[in-house]
Amino acid sequence: MVKRDRLTTISAYVFLTIFAVLMVFPFIWMFSSSFKDSGEIYEFNLFPKYPTLYNYQYIFNYSLFPRWFLNSLLIAVVTTVSVLFFDSLIGYTLAKFDFPGRKLIFILILSTLMIPTEMLVIPWYIMVRNLHWMGTYWSIMFPGMISAFGIFLMKQFMSTIPNDLIDAARIDGVSEFGIFFKIVLPLVKPALATLAIFNFIGNWNAFLWPLIVTSSPKMYTLPVGVAYFSSENSMSWELIMTGAAVSTIPLIIFFLIFQKQIVKGITMSGLKG
Amino acid sequence: MRLRQKKIITAYTFLAIPLLFFIVVRFYPMVYSFWLSFTDWDLISPKKNFIGLLNYINIFKDEVFVKAIINTLKYVAFGVPAVIIVSLYLALVLNRIKKFQGFYRLLYVMPYITPLVAVSWVWKWMYQQPPIGFINNLLTILGLDSQPFLMSTSQALPSIVVTTVWVNLGYCVIIFLAGLQTIPQEYIEAAKIDGANRRQILWRITIPLLNPIIVFLAVTQSITFLRIFTQVYNMTDQGSGGPLNSTKPLVLYIYQKAFMSFDMGTAATATVILFGIIMIITLVQMIILNKNIEY
Repeated sequence: MVKRDRLTTISAYVFLTIFAVLMVFPFIWMFSSSFKDSGEIYEFNLFPKYPTLYNYQYIFNYSLFPRWFLNSLLIAVVTTVSVLFFDSLIGYTLAKFDFPGRKLIFILILSTLMIPTEMLVIPWYIMVRNLHWMGTYWSIMFPGMISAFGIFLMKQFMSTIPNDLIDAARIDGVSEFGIFFKIVLPLVKPALATLAIFNFIGNWNAFLWPLIVTSSPKMYTLPVGVAYFSSENSMSWELIMTGAAVSTIPLIIFFLIFQKQIVKGITMSGLKG
Repeated sequence: MRLRQKKIITAYTFLAIPLLFFIVVRFYPMVYSFWLSFTDWDLISPKKNFIGLLNYINIFKDEVFVKAIINTLKYVAFGVPAVIIVSLYLALVLNRIKKFQGFYRLLYVMPYITPLVAVSWVWKWMYQQPPIGFINNLLTILGLDSQPFLMSTSQALPSIVVTTVWVNLGYCVIIFLAGLQTIPQEYIEAAKIDGANRRQILWRITIPLLNPIIVFLAVTQSITFLRIFTQVYNMTDQGSGGPLNSTKPLVLYIYQKAFMSFDMGTAATATVILFGIIMIITLVQMIILNKNIEY
């Protein structure tokens, strides 16, 4: 019996390792290809015989990648800050204030989760045109400034804060905004971290809306830039893979730092949604 | 009483901007899309003519639209069972081991958080014809025939499904694993004492207890596959959904109608249909889950 158990454990590790290789291999192949020169790119070897940084130099000096990188960073940071502020404020209000219409407002906000983005992009596009927002960062960012899912998440966390704490501060004469910033926000830091990470990743990777609303290459975000650059250089796979690597590296670093929160966030999205 | 009034005023002050946002950026555009679907608007002309249900009748006469609907359903039908079965199996095996669980989970979820555009190009590169593409080179070394993959009308869609399953797998594994860890160990110990074998425990205890999670993942993955776009846009030639529309999903159809042919009426009609399908699936989930809560 014990022997059989050990055998199943070993086969479990073997199976999981084979799968891990399948999951990671495309990344390895991407990085490996990005260090090959155009002569070696079609060869089957995993480790480049003549590793070169030429592709990276090319991308940073002769393409708009640095600009796209900054565009994406700016958009992801601004929308994340906005989502953190508004979602926690709304979550707090819905959890801790008793006012007519509270339930209705919460249901209305939650119901927007069912609207697929694809249904909204045409009206958004028309809005951007009519309001002359074309070619601005704002046009890319505005639909993501508040997130309904984040409100749901924050409301759940806010309702665990004891009311006495808030009331005591109120009696001490702390302003309503002061209570929110100085007492409530520090108590929900873990939730804020999870929301920030997910929002950042979501905005960094977003494709459909930035593709629709950006018309000049200078305003592209990194994913739109990668798509554009790759179809422009459709035979130079070493350059395409370098572009893909450049857009992936920040997320891998991000992921390694915040893996615990990411796993926790995914679990929450599944078990509470 | 005064405090209560003050609280109401504070609440609505906090909510003013967000409410405005949800009305202007979510509800109004949704209604606007519904309305556009009853017009023949082409983005340029100043007038939007009301044409009733004509778009809804004409769109089903459009071969490309019908093809896109069929393709979309194929993505769901191939992708959702594949991702759920494989991830459930992986989670069950992961749950058996004691060491390195977190490490494997970490590797599995990496594709899920990396940019889908980058992932699409990496797979497109691996799917290339011999002697370029990695997978075909591997097949050749193993003495097997090389495959056309993205070049063929029959293989392109399944190839994109494989990539998408690879992307979504880790997400599902994490959720299954979290679900498995909530199953009380006593149930399984009790069943073992009663002489149940591993297979019986799996089918009689584990899977019934995971049912709500399976339904949840089936629904969210269905919606993900229904909305498939980025992979197809990047992996097919010029973002066309080719060869011969064989991979074109609904969202790519919408994108092309709205932003390449500026046929806003038809595009809006297709978005309403997508919305309808998603609504139905979500409602079905609610009904099933409400039934399932009591065992």
